[in-house]
Amino acid sequence: MRSEALYNFAFFDEGSKREVRRAILKAVAIPGYQVPFASREMPIARGWGTGGLQLTLSLVGKDDVLKVIDQGADESVNAVSIKRLVKGTTGIRTTEDARAATIVQSRHRIPEFPLEKGQILVLQVPMPEPLRFVEPSEYATKRLHAEKEYSGAYLALFEEIMKFGRVATGADHPVLVNDRYVMAPSPIPRFDNPKLNGSRALILLGAGREKKIYAVPPFTKVVSLDFEDHPFEAESVAGRKCRFCGAEGVFMDELLDEASGLAAHQCNDTSYCSARRAT
Amino acid sequence: MQRHELLLGEKGDVSGDFDSMALRLKGLTKWFGPTCPRCAGGDRAALERNYCPECGTVYALRDLSLTLYEGEVLGVVGESGSGKSTILNCLYYDAEPSAGSAYLAAFEGGEVDIFSVSAQAKRGIRNTLLGKVYQNPLQGLKMRFSAVSNVAEKLIAAGGRRVSDMEARAVGLLGHVNIPSYRMREAPEFFSGGMQQRVQIAKALSNNPPVLLLDEVTTGLDLSVQAKVLDLVKQIQRELGISMLLVSHDLSVVRMLAERTIVMLGGEVVEEGLTDQILEDPQEPYTQELVHSML
Repeated sequence: MRSEALYNFAFFDEGSKREVRRAILKAVAIPGYQVPFASREMPIARGWGTGGLQLTLSLVGKDDVLKVIDQGADESVNAVSIKRLVKGTTGIRTTEDARAATIVQSRHRIPEFPLEKGQILVLQVPMPEPLRFVEPSEYATKRLHAEKEYSGAYLALFEEIMKFGRVATGADHPVLVNDRYVMAPSPIPRFDNPKLNGSRALILLGAGREKKIYAVPPFTKVVSLDFEDHPFEAESVAGRKCRFCGAEGVFMDELLDEASGLAAHQCNDTSYCSARRAT
Repeated sequence: MQRHELLLGEKGDVSGDFDSMALRLKGLTKWFGPTCPRCAGGDRAALERNYCPECGTVYALRDLSLTLYEGEVLGVVGESGSGKSTILNCLYYDAEPSAGSAYLAAFEGGEVDIFSVSAQAKRGIRNTLLGKVYQNPLQGLKMRFSAVSNVAEKLIAAGGRRVSDMEARAVGLLGHVNIPSYRMREAPEFFSGGMQQRVQIAKALSNNPPVLLLDEVTTGLDLSVQAKVLDLVKQIQRELGISMLLVSHDLSVVRMLAERTIVMLGGEVVEEGLTDQILEDPQEPYTQELVHSML
């Protein structure tokens, strides 16, 4: 028997979809605010993208086209499994082209092709609370958000400057959304942080294990936290060139070229790279 | 009261203007429990010491009023459970008072009750007008963050956004409390108890607060470290003229640091006056007992 017949459309029952959509509406209404929701048991383990998957499943319609990215790649196991689950329970089309997708679910990257009006970017989030590192209590962090008391987030950056001489966030550099809420942008590299600012696409973030949904609506101001004498800087990709498509100024993976023994670079966004090579 | 203030003015060995108040508490009350008609009226006869046998409510502070003058150190002594620390907890917003009001000269000219303001204003007062040294450094410090960051935390909270300025201030203060420069970037979890306490003092001083709250600063420290911390407190008071509320159950600490002392029992002040006077000629039976049990 085909799985479409075994399950309701998009795996969830209609009540569950409605509950997630209600949380999404609230999240869009309060940019950057973490809305609690009843995260469901999913056929994949928590921590493997269940937050993003629940957003995607509650959003898809029969005409949607889905792209799933796992750390820049379309073909990694996790991306393929999620794609197959959604396809198997909805029958919708999937794509690798970020420009052709209506929903892009992603882990750790924002695609290199700029997302447009009408598209939705769904980011998988392991740790939605930007203040958790300085304050372990949820009760306390909720109050800190309510009072807009974000010295803890700055303190974490200050500590890095004290230890390493510079801000050393490898990913998940905290941002201030709409001049109000400090938000964890999910573990995207700092390189992707500026893409959040004034994005034309709706950005939704879902944390399945932590049971939180939050959002950056289109054209919202998003500022990465920094200090006056240590301004925010993205990872530098200057002087790097993709060994396959020759792209410059995009986020690169560094690999060892076995033939020459030297470091070689290639686009981290695989579909961007293959689209460039196809033209 | 008047007589004491006069006497203090004549002592003249400390800086500060004893005519103007730095902090005033009025009718501060804190209870833990449901309260019942029997105990809620403030009737002392209804209570067994500070405990209501009817509903089990404990009165940690009962209608406490006191004034801290500019530049003075006011000692607060009494046995465990007498309400000493509860005063500081309420003032530093670590606990919510059940009733009463408090006024800081540095906040709205001492006209506005600091318990009645918004949560944001309370944070502002805590971060800029008050400093507190906790008995247990675990409460006052972030043990896994470097000592420099710990001191800078209050500066960041007060709106500091220039790393170089905050770092310079933190390093200066840590030097002042004798933390060696090669250990300033280490986390206090690797420090000895005395060093942790000194980092706390540096942190409390970071914003030049007009009022410092000290909760058993020397308890648990060995004698030589105790002496160093006491010296430091004395020096800070002399140089910066900061008013301090000094809570201790150690009478010799109070004798050394405080000009004026209040003695507490069961959430109430049983005696107040000049420290020397209280230690040499205690009037109340409880104070006499306390002084006599001093080694």
